[in-house]
Amino acid sequence: MPVEVRIPTILRTYTGGEKAVSGNGETLKQLIDDVESRHPGLKDRLVEGDGLRRFVNVYVNDEDVRFSGGLDAALSDDDVVVVLPAVAGG
Amino acid sequence: MVRYASLADSVGHTPLIGLPNLSPAPDVRLWAKMEDQNPTGSIKDRAALNMITRAEEQGLLRPGSTILEPTSGNTGISLAMAAKLRGYRLICVMPENTSVERRQLLAMWGAEVVSSPAAGGSNEAVRVAKKLGEEHPDWVMLYQYGNPANAEAHYLGTGPEILEDLPEVTHVVAGLGTTGTLMGIGRYMAEHAPDVKIVAAEPRYGELVYGLRNLDEGFVPELYDPTLVTTRFSVGSRDAVRRVRELLEREGIFAGLSTGAIVHAALAQAVKAHKAGERADIVLIICDAGWKYLSTGAYTTDLDSAEESLDTQVWA
Repeated sequence: MPVEVRIPTILRTYTGGEKAVSGNGETLKQLIDDVESRHPGLKDRLVEGDGLRRFVNVYVNDEDVRFSGGLDAALSDDDVVVVLPAVAGG
Repeated sequence: MVRYASLADSVGHTPLIGLPNLSPAPDVRLWAKMEDQNPTGSIKDRAALNMITRAEEQGLLRPGSTILEPTSGNTGISLAMAAKLRGYRLICVMPENTSVERRQLLAMWGAEVVSSPAAGGSNEAVRVAKKLGEEHPDWVMLYQYGNPANAEAHYLGTGPEILEDLPEVTHVVAGLGTTGTLMGIGRYMAEHAPDVKIVAAEPRYGELVYGLRNLDEGFVPELYDPTLVTTRFSVGSRDAVRRVRELLEREGIFAGLSTGAIVHAALAQAVKAHKAGERADIVLIICDAGWKYLSTGAYTTDLDSAEESLDTQVWA
């Protein structure tokens, strides 16, 4: 079952302008590899070494994956994955 | 004792109010820390006052100094009050897509406002303020995103107040912007009640606010230490509006939109604890009241219209 991945404006050059793409994987890492196979270049913008890039936040069902296993975070059917650049609040 | 020598002395010591109607079970309770009851109506009075006090102690601020600060609103309003009382000039850099009430309040307390472009939100405000700071080396930028006195205000105030009023606290849920509130409370709880879960509720804005030119323009506040946080949620404007109305409807509390995001995350923790059969006493921060957001229509229009009107705004 596919997982929906929402892509921020700044990374849509890799998805042909699509706001969301779907992919498969039991973990975030597998999902990113799967999406990369159809949208090459995206993975390098998200991942650096063993983790996410500093200014990239990824949320699974609105929860920041850095607190739920990072790239090893488990995914289930119909999860929604949101990718956002880290911006200032306050 | 609720008598104070001056307005500035009255910052903090806010009430902790039970939310019996929103609490899902007798042993899963929600509590609201009423930070809207600070002098200018927001939690930012704590950080602003402490940053100014520390800067005075360090000799950075002297009579007649000019303070420069990037802010989406509340910090600026708090600084404006303190600056007025202590005789400083204040220049705020604020994204142009913030509510009109914030501008009116800043003007009322005598602050000057420099607008930064809407696209990029507070990122742009920080960039513009840093550039202005370079052009005017005599201006003092307190810089809430990296100033330890911001988090310290909560380490010395908000955190101890919560633990004193509710020793059985299990969770604290607060907004994540500069990260000062959560860093200060988180550090205090780590030292004094390490089992307390620290939950961050981060506003998720519309696309315009994330409109960076490239990912390297991203921003993580210098204060942020993720080891002090248990979990972090991203909450969109629709959920924030829905929850802020629920808080008003069920508990009679009229709060601002960032508080809606916090209520959303707090209720998720409450449901989780209830399902697991665990006791919970969850403190959520009421950052400010709703007055400053009336013009957005968030309280009066249907949810779709409210969501649409907030889509381009820095609403928290």
